[in-house]
Amino acid sequence: MDSSQLLGITTFTYLFSTLLYVFLLVFKTPRLGPITTFFTVVAFLIQTAGIALRWVESYQMGIGHAPLTNMYESVVFFAWTIIALYLAIEWIFNTRMIGAFAVPLAFLAMAYASFAGNIGKSISPLVPALQSNWLIAHVITCFVGYAAFAVAAGLGIMYLLKNQSQAAGESLTAKTDHLPSLSFIDDLIHKTMIFGFIWLSAGIITGAIWANSAWGTYWSWDPKETWSLITWFFYAITLHARYTRGWAGKRIALLAILGIVSVLFTYYGVNFLLSGLHSYGSGS
Amino acid sequence: MKLINHLWAFFASVQLAILTLSSIAITSIIGTLIPQGESHAFYVDKFGAKTAMFFQILDIPAMYSSWWFYGLLGLLSANLIICSCDRFPAVWQIITADNLAIPLERVEKMSSFQQWSTSSERFDSIDWPVALATCGWRWHTKNLGKNSFSFAQKGRWSRVGVYIVHGSILIIFVGAIIGHFFGFKGSVMIPELHSTEKIYTHLNSMPIDLGFTIRNDAFGIEFYDNGMPKEYKSTLTILENGREIFQKDIKVNNPLSHKGITFYQSSYQGHQEFLMRITDTATSESRQFSLPFQQQLSWDDKNLRFGIINAEATGQRVLRAKVWFKGGEEPAITEWLTNNGIISITSGGKNYSLQVKQLYSTGLQVAKDPGVWIVYAGCGLLLLGLYMAFFLSHKRIWLYQQVTATGVSVFLAGSSNKNKPAFAKVFTRLEDLISQTIGHHDRE
Ligand code: HEM
Repeated sequence: MDSSQLLGITTFTYLFSTLLYVFLLVFKTPRLGPITTFFTVVAFLIQTAGIALRWVESYQMGIGHAPLTNMYESVVFFAWTIIALYLAIEWIFNTRMIGAFAVPLAFLAMAYASFAGNIGKSISPLVPALQSNWLIAHVITCFVGYAAFAVAAGLGIMYLLKNQSQAAGESLTAKTDHLPSLSFIDDLIHKTMIFGFIWLSAGIITGAIWANSAWGTYWSWDPKETWSLITWFFYAITLHARYTRGWAGKRIALLAILGIVSVLFTYYGVNFLLSGLHSYGSGS
Repeated sequence: MKLINHLWAFFASVQLAILTLSSIAITSIIGTLIPQGESHAFYVDKFGAKTAMFFQILDIPAMYSSWWFYGLLGLLSANLIICSCDRFPAVWQIITADNLAIPLERVEKMSSFQQWSTSSERFDSIDWPVALATCGWRWHTKNLGKNSFSFAQKGRWSRVGVYIVHGSILIIFVGAIIGHFFGFKGSVMIPELHSTEKIYTHLNSMPIDLGFTIRNDAFGIEFYDNGMPKEYKSTLTILENGREIFQKDIKVNNPLSHKGITFYQSSYQGHQEFLMRITDTATSESRQFSLPFQQQLSWDDKNLRFGIINAEATGQRVLRAKVWFKGGEEPAITEWLTNNGIISITSGGKNYSLQVKQLYSTGLQVAKDPGVWIVYAGCGLLLLGLYMAFFLSHKRIWLYQQVTATGVSVFLAGSSNKNKPAFAKVFTRLEDLISQTIGHHDRE
């Protein structure tokens, strides 16, 4: 059993997990709840083992480094963090209804990592610029932030669905009345955004420190840096609109969904659509 | 006066903040779509003469240092400063307030409020502040005749969290400005065994005097088995007035600093020149020669002549070099040597060892940035402030004990500026404690 097999299995277990959560949501079968959670935890542990094994394998190849150094590894870590965050939310708030909106994101990330043709999966050695502990700190902090924003976007979709069916009247309400209340979702969107904002801030800062130790410039306005700042501003604006202008509900849900677009562009679009200095994370 | 008030209100407003932040975010996108720092010809070629002209006027090719982008950052700073000045005094008042001076009616209207009454005579002997001194609540009590009024709070400093966040952004700007005006960014190429006192700025390639000498003693590259570069390393020596101060190996991510100037490993260049070390094995006499490709040099004391007559390279990197070596009147010897490899040669009855290495220049980025520590301090404060603003809250609890005609009444009231559900739990815990104490007391 090697790491790529484990991570390949993870893709399918997350798919199955997604189906279970959607089933729970649509058919309202609470008895399936514990099994769904159990299954997701097992899938998460398989992925954890896969990541750990990949780490070990890199040492066996004599080029040991944490598995966080190219596009493939970062997408896998992104999926892992989404599930970790989601399971924490399920545990803290004791509700499984969010699963159908969060777990698919992890599945999509894993599916992309496994099947996209343009990202290399091999364990490759680190070029000198990437040999830095600040890089590891940078990747972890950024991706925890991204994962939180992804969960916030999932919650945003959930909010809009519930809101719409409530607006549509009684008959439809029944479909979503087992979802948490709108105010609960709204509050949770805010909490996950705050969580993501702190991690993204730390991510930008550790990235700046890394750049400074490698090139002597903590900020050079390269497209990747600039987009991370744009994303950061986007969430800062959202927090201000909520805190000082009282924006809530539908607007914040929409902003949470729009925010993930900016995140995806920072993370993905810049590497593949714009040319930049940021060699890290590009295809190969 | 009215105008000033209007201006003040404008600059203190969050609307302006949202507008400015949005403007910075949206205009920043331009610089990620249009390549920065290219020549005018590049833009003419890519976008046409008219558009290139338009770019020129708006400083698009260097937009992050354009007047209007600095203007937006300045607006953000002004907004932050005035907004903070506008709001901070009120916050300071809350932090330092005498909470026992507030009118009772206000306490009674708090979001969390509970009241107990009992006719028990012994009841007024309970020292509530002591009874409720759990979980770190420290009470202050004011006696008002037979009645007493107590107050406890936690996390009042969390109210400055938001101001630390906003202030830290200004601190980062200050650090960046200091770096801009009192620092420089440049680079230099130094061949092995050479030294320099000057480097050249990125901005206009002007030379800058370092005030000391830096020498490149050696440069080396290591490769992984698959051919990817593993390590670039330069051995550098700092000299002052001809005296060696210290030597350090630098690598990417591991620079050298001296007198506020930092040298970063950034590039290299392979030359068509070689370093040859010849050692007379019998006497251990050794000399290093800098040997241009296909030129003959000599070590006259030993009556030796030598040169590199051929070389095999991939790109800039020489893999093998063919040495031509002649001692005295003996026939010349030719031999292939791998880069950095050593061979032994016998000529004229004497043994020599030869080592040949391609000559490299190391490319160094050179930066002086006296503002960087201020920027880092700002970053640290930013994280601290965010933590305080998001995860800590100011919780206040009042306790009022009143002797009435029929017995004693106790009021507990409190509020929190954030995270109300968590506060509700804390409040319930105190309520339970009071109920228990009363129950316990009544049973005695
Ligand atoms: C990049 C720039 C900025 C960042 C990162 C930032 C960050 C923050 C954060 C994290 C909060 C706390 C929000 C909450 O508790 O949910 C906040 C609140 C606030 N910000 Fe900003 N801010 C920025 C710029 C500004 C500007 C330019 C203004 C100017 C008016 C401003 C005005 C405020 C105000 C009035 C509050 C509410 C404070 C309170 O009453 O507690 N912010 N900001």
